[in-house]
Amino acid sequence: MENQATYNYKVVRQFALMTVVWGIVGMLVGVLIAAQLVWPELNVGPYFHFGRLRALHTSGVIFAFGGCGLMATSLYVVQRTCNVRLLSDKLAAFVFWGYQAVIVSVIITYPLGITFNKEYAEMEWPIKVLLAIVWVAYAVLFFGTLAKRKVKHIYVANWFYGGFILAVALLHIVNSAFIPVSMWKSYSVYSGAVDAMVQWWYGHNAVGFFLTAGFLGMMYYFVPKQAGRPIYSYRLSVVHFWALIFTYMWAGPHHLHYTALPDWTQSLGMVFSLILLAPSWGGMINGIMTLSGAWHKLRTDPILKFLITALSFYGMSTFEGPMMAIKTVNALSHYTDWTIGHVHSGALGWVAMITIGSIYYLIPRLFNREQMYSIKLIEVHFWMATLGVVLYISSMWIAGVTQGLMWRAVNPDGTLTYAFIDAVKATHPYYFIRVLGGLCYFGGMVLMLYNVLRTIAEGKAVDAQIPAVAAHA
Amino acid sequence: MESLYLLIPLSVLLAFLIGAVFWWCVRSGQFEDLEGPAYRILQDDDAPHKEAQNSAETQKTPDSPADER
Repeated sequence: MENQATYNYKVVRQFALMTVVWGIVGMLVGVLIAAQLVWPELNVGPYFHFGRLRALHTSGVIFAFGGCGLMATSLYVVQRTCNVRLLSDKLAAFVFWGYQAVIVSVIITYPLGITFNKEYAEMEWPIKVLLAIVWVAYAVLFFGTLAKRKVKHIYVANWFYGGFILAVALLHIVNSAFIPVSMWKSYSVYSGAVDAMVQWWYGHNAVGFFLTAGFLGMMYYFVPKQAGRPIYSYRLSVVHFWALIFTYMWAGPHHLHYTALPDWTQSLGMVFSLILLAPSWGGMINGIMTLSGAWHKLRTDPILKFLITALSFYGMSTFEGPMMAIKTVNALSHYTDWTIGHVHSGALGWVAMITIGSIYYLIPRLFNREQMYSIKLIEVHFWMATLGVVLYISSMWIAGVTQGLMWRAVNPDGTLTYAFIDAVKATHPYYFIRVLGGLCYFGGMVLMLYNVLRTIAEGKAVDAQIPAVAAHA
Repeated sequence: MESLYLLIPLSVLLAFLIGAVFWWCVRSGQFEDLEGPAYRILQDDDAPHKEAQNSAETQKTPDSPADER
């Protein structure tokens, strides 16, 4: 019972630190592959070729950086809001080390060309099995802690985290169904258009539950805490949760417009994507309006700047997404760099900024410091990150629309106006701007690591005591 | 489109499961107070305390009998 007196901050510290480390690794690979598109000579084959490194970048930033951030914050939030220590310290350690083992195996196998050939799920079957086991352990840890809570009400952030954990388990298992042929090769049990549909059911819901629901959980805890104000409308946050999870599962077909997928399925996907705008914007407004009456805090608090800017990008990309899911818009945008820009407005703007803000909130608390080593450096980081995102997404918008228009241009006699290479040439300068944007964002992360390490050096790892449950029901 | 024979029943089943969880929420009073919980997380003081510096492993908080379930 000794342990009952304190929270388990150890696993939170581990995940929080690795969030920063994997963020740097994943974004460095991102800058590298962006540079490879500008200067093809940088493709040093076969191990460091774009085709192999690209998967490493996406998995690195989504699952290593984003995943560690989600685990750090979810395990912190569930303890603090339930007034109870994690279910089991051993299980927590297993989740941490198991998840790191998955990440390291991915970093080794992807450049070697060992791949399952499914986007955002390229890991081969032994790693898939390990990930499934680790994920179930994570679910047991999270829900087990929730089950022994000392507070009757389950705070809304836990609902988002819980939805994220369960949905990702389901998605991973259904999409990963494999038939192994050797130790490092397996094939999907689905084939053709069926495989494509399952893949994008997975792919889109990974965006919905991993990159949206999970980080909304983060938002609903860290925005009110950092602002020192209750969420604008708690009622709206509950509606937000239920509306989001009821509608998200159906939007996947918008990734397969104008393909072999039946027409009605595409239209269904489009309609549900448009419906998603409502809960998404409800949530964004709820988060931003939390600051009403405290807007002045934005002037001086760079952590709050990160969190609120993240929400603005969340609003932007959840508006852009449904628009791009409309078939006529999609006819222009699909397969172009506009999609890449859209993804990064969500990934760099929303996911990474909300994570960075939350980690800046956590680090001093985990290492018993009043605040981060340098608030100035957070401010610099904020502006570097913002400039980086803006450079990235605006260059990709221009590049994407240029490509889309050039590909579809036809002469009066029906022949194509441009050869494919013409569009490649036209986008070259924008690819360079993207590298600059990426470098800027990456540089900010390096500052963050420095700031975090200095804070840790001055601080001391402590596990906070569990306060008595407040009288409030 | 055989994949739909898997994904549509799966999604419908899921919708029902979510519905069941929602039903449990309503019945068990999760939605009775939709104001207080927003303030409760702010009352939880997670700022690092001076006295916590050397007491992390040794001290015990007085057992709180206030298990409200």
